[in-house]
Amino acid sequence: MVIENYPISTSTPTDMSPSAPTISATHLDVGHGVHSVVRDISLQVHAGELVVLIGTNGSGKSTLLKTMAGMLPPLHGEIAVLERRPGSAPRRVAYLPQHPVSSHTLPLRARDIVAMGRYAHLGLFRRATGTDRSIVREAMKRTGAVEFENQPLRELSGGQQQRTHLAQVLARQAEVLLLDEPTAGLDLSGKRAVADVIASERARGVTVVLATHDLHDAESATAVMLLAQRVVAYGPPAQALSDANVRECFGFTQPH
Amino acid sequence: MTTSLALLNPLWEPFSRNEFLRNALLGSTLVAIICAIAGTYVVLRGLSFIGDALAHGVIPGIAIALLFGVPGVVGAALGALVMMGGVSLVTSRVRLSSDTAIGLLFVGMLSLGVIITSRSTSFVGDITRILFGELLGVSSTDLAWQVVVLAVVAAIAVVAHRPFVLMSLDDGLARTSGFSVRFFHSLMLTMVAVAVVGSFQLVGTLLVLGLLIAPAATGALLTRRVSTMMLTAAGFGVLSSYLGLLTSYHFDVAAGASIVFTSVYLFVLVAILTIPRRLRGHRELPHQHEHTH
Repeated sequence: MVIENYPISTSTPTDMSPSAPTISATHLDVGHGVHSVVRDISLQVHAGELVVLIGTNGSGKSTLLKTMAGMLPPLHGEIAVLERRPGSAPRRVAYLPQHPVSSHTLPLRARDIVAMGRYAHLGLFRRATGTDRSIVREAMKRTGAVEFENQPLRELSGGQQQRTHLAQVLARQAEVLLLDEPTAGLDLSGKRAVADVIASERARGVTVVLATHDLHDAESATAVMLLAQRVVAYGPPAQALSDANVRECFGFTQPH
Repeated sequence: MTTSLALLNPLWEPFSRNEFLRNALLGSTLVAIICAIAGTYVVLRGLSFIGDALAHGVIPGIAIALLFGVPGVVGAALGALVMMGGVSLVTSRVRLSSDTAIGLLFVGMLSLGVIITSRSTSFVGDITRILFGELLGVSSTDLAWQVVVLAVVAAIAVVAHRPFVLMSLDDGLARTSGFSVRFFHSLMLTMVAVAVVGSFQLVGTLLVLGLLIAPAATGALLTRRVSTMMLTAAGFGVLSSYLGLLTSYHFDVAAGASIVFTSVYLFVLVAILTIPRRLRGHRELPHQHEHTH
């Protein structure tokens, strides 16, 4: 538990003012190549906050998340993560891709996948230490992946794979978590485990941005952004998730 | 005792009696280890088809080199470079599925190689040498080159193991962990090219792919860790070399082809033998209900 609650300030530059946003975007256009998917996004996310991006497939939520992760260049406007260009601080930002590929031939055990979460810190050559191993083990305990740590990925169910990938993200001990549909394929206990993990990460000052099409994931959010190839609404959940906004985003009203 | 040992003579006597066969075994063992290292990452990342393209892409290079009296390796290296450039261009620019484009690219290169070699009558024997290698004419210089190639491939694997493994899972994961996917993808292609260029003189450009893929795929079926997969691949590659050469000697059939055929049928054998285990593995999954949508 010592590891889980390590103070975030140890890896934060001291000259960073406490009020500076961890993620800030102004008039940002995101998209692939020259084709923009969503235009004119402006948002500010501070340490410990949870911003939930909601929309259907193709709404642009994954594109925005990938732009924050530095995997897609911004097409227009400004974006900064930890006051830097996205993708330039791999040790401080962790990204969970949507439905990570699980090839049947990959001979990797669950624990090997989680251990990859330390590669950003270890680089090409540095050997994993006892501390790295206990961080990995702690991360697996928190998502429940420790139960099947020695099973190869190809023998795990979709939900077990998701718990494994989430543990890998935790093992990175980042200051910003960018999670693309972390609850996809999970049962109720899995969804609760994800919610618990997000809550405890936020408690130690971690900023979380989460993409989902499940309105339940937005319950504890600081802010919600509804996307439908444009920003439909952005604000506190109670305000942004009005019936009219949800209908515009999904084409129908979701029960919640 | 002596009689029972004498019964086993056919298993080693060919090698103790013939230096060319000993050299062939040494050479193909080195090739097997080179291919096990490179092949493990090729199989993990699903690059078999690009490996195929590289192996065929070197043919016109070799043919042109021989035409001008330059060592074939030089031409092969140039051919591999052109092919790597072609593959990256095709996968990033052409609006066709990449296997269609790469498929056309490598058939084009293969036919160009045949056209060049058919230009001169003195080349008639050369195209078979390029395609199938000269395993039974391995010199000590060839073996020394193999050791150099092994060192280069092993060095790349040691340096790039972490990004290579991350990329086999997800390119985005490698990218967000601070590794340049473009650089390490090129490095992986370079490793495959070095392995192909360094091995073609022994087993030929057509057959090297078998040793690159089959033992690594066998290793993937039997293991649950990358390191053991690589060791298993090397083991199966060396076993194939030995059994293939033995078959070649006793039944008087082509050496390189026997080795590659052995490696492929060992893969089929292991795939069949591990079916029950894999089926059981999938049936035991009690988590179907976790898929809620």
